[in-house]
Amino acid sequence: MYEGPVQDLIDELGRLPGVGPKSAQRIAFHLLGAEPADVTRLQEALQKVKEGVVFCDVCGNVSEESTCRICRDARRDPSAVCVVEEPKDVLAIERTREFKGRYHVLGGALDPLSGIGPEQLRIRQLLSRIGSQEITEVILAMDPNTEGEATATYLVRMLRDFPGLTVTRLASGLPMGGDLEFADELTLGRALSGRRTV
Amino acid sequence: MSLYRDTGVVLRVQKLGEADRIITLITRNHGKVRAVAKGVRRTTSRLGARVEPFAHVDVQFYTGRTLDVITQVQTIDAFGAGIVGDYQRYTSACAVLETADRMSAEEGEPVLRLYLLVGGALRALADGTRDPSLVLDAFLLRALAFAGWSPALSECARCGDPGPHRAFSIQAGGSVCPRCKPPGSASPTHEVLTLMAALADGTWAVAERATDAARREASGLVAALLQWHLERQLRSLPLVERRRP
Ligand SMILES: [Zn+2]
Ligand SMILES: [Zn+2]
Repeated sequence: MYEGPVQDLIDELGRLPGVGPKSAQRIAFHLLGAEPADVTRLQEALQKVKEGVVFCDVCGNVSEESTCRICRDARRDPSAVCVVEEPKDVLAIERTREFKGRYHVLGGALDPLSGIGPEQLRIRQLLSRIGSQEITEVILAMDPNTEGEATATYLVRMLRDFPGLTVTRLASGLPMGGDLEFADELTLGRALSGRRTV
Repeated sequence: MSLYRDTGVVLRVQKLGEADRIITLITRNHGKVRAVAKGVRRTTSRLGARVEPFAHVDVQFYTGRTLDVITQVQTIDAFGAGIVGDYQRYTSACAVLETADRMSAEEGEPVLRLYLLVGGALRALADGTRDPSLVLDAFLLRALAFAGWSPALSECARCGDPGPHRAFSIQAGGSVCPRCKPPGSASPTHEVLTLMAALADGTWAVAERATDAARREASGLVAALLQWHLERQLRSLPLVERRRP
């Protein structure tokens, strides 16, 4: 244990995802020795992300305005919606250049072990979006792991009763247990073009 | 570097760093084990799919300084395949995992009986031949018994007076006679207590004859007993889908 502010910083850093106690200590001492200007820049970036970034009213993606760039873009196909867990998955799919429709970001996967059920995700918003707009195809692009699969299962059941709606899943080729963000563009692109009706 | 090998069920996976995971397993011989699986979040990992929740696996570990490391995994039963395709089974199976995790608080303490119960419950949920809700409640009652918290279902939990009794008290530990009955006791029907007894000892023919109302009431009592003993709320239990909508 260190004294006061240093230990506070180590504790705060240690709460970040992927940062263990040793890394937290390393980052804290790095910051302690860094140039004041560098620390100020980091401070400002942190501040801005909380104040300047909002979530898109339509799709839930991170955005600078109340409606995100993709939802505003008239060239995007409004009839196809790709449902993903996190904003970083939108980026991953955009990089493939395979998909011309729009997105819906759930904000996670159904994970009862972490207390996350349908009410904790943007599922109700997805259903009302489909009910009120000209959407004819929904592509489910969850992480190829247990929580992702279960989330897709649940959504398939909820979407079954919309008349004229095609629901597709990313084709296999993505091994189970991984994160979508680690798939290479080729694999992910192929998985998208080979998607199937469920 | 010392190696050991065991069979276990994956209870929980947590992200670690860029691409690793910490895997919590309930094992046959080594109790609860937390170990690192390296690189499994990359979609090219061969290990990844094998150490997902619900997987029953044969694992080789080496003893690390803080956490053990998983070096090899072979699948014994891929229970997940039969579970994630049905939301009711999935939420029930999650409650099985969380209960097992909470009841095996001490790492390394042997929990063979609990390990066998978890395997049995996941097998039944994956097979899908029984009502997932009954499978879950049977597991929870047997897990309570494993922990020494079996509810009294016939005799009085306080004085031992042979029943059956009308009143049921979570705090007292089950059925209570009119003299011992604390205020605020529930009064489940005889059918509910019969169902709970059948689930606890695996008399499925009796359990499956129970009405929906009795099943619902039994689920409520079992959940209340579990919460009472575990003190801290289970996250997954309120999210269990009890009946197919
Ligand atoms: Zn948007
Ligand atoms: Zn009594």
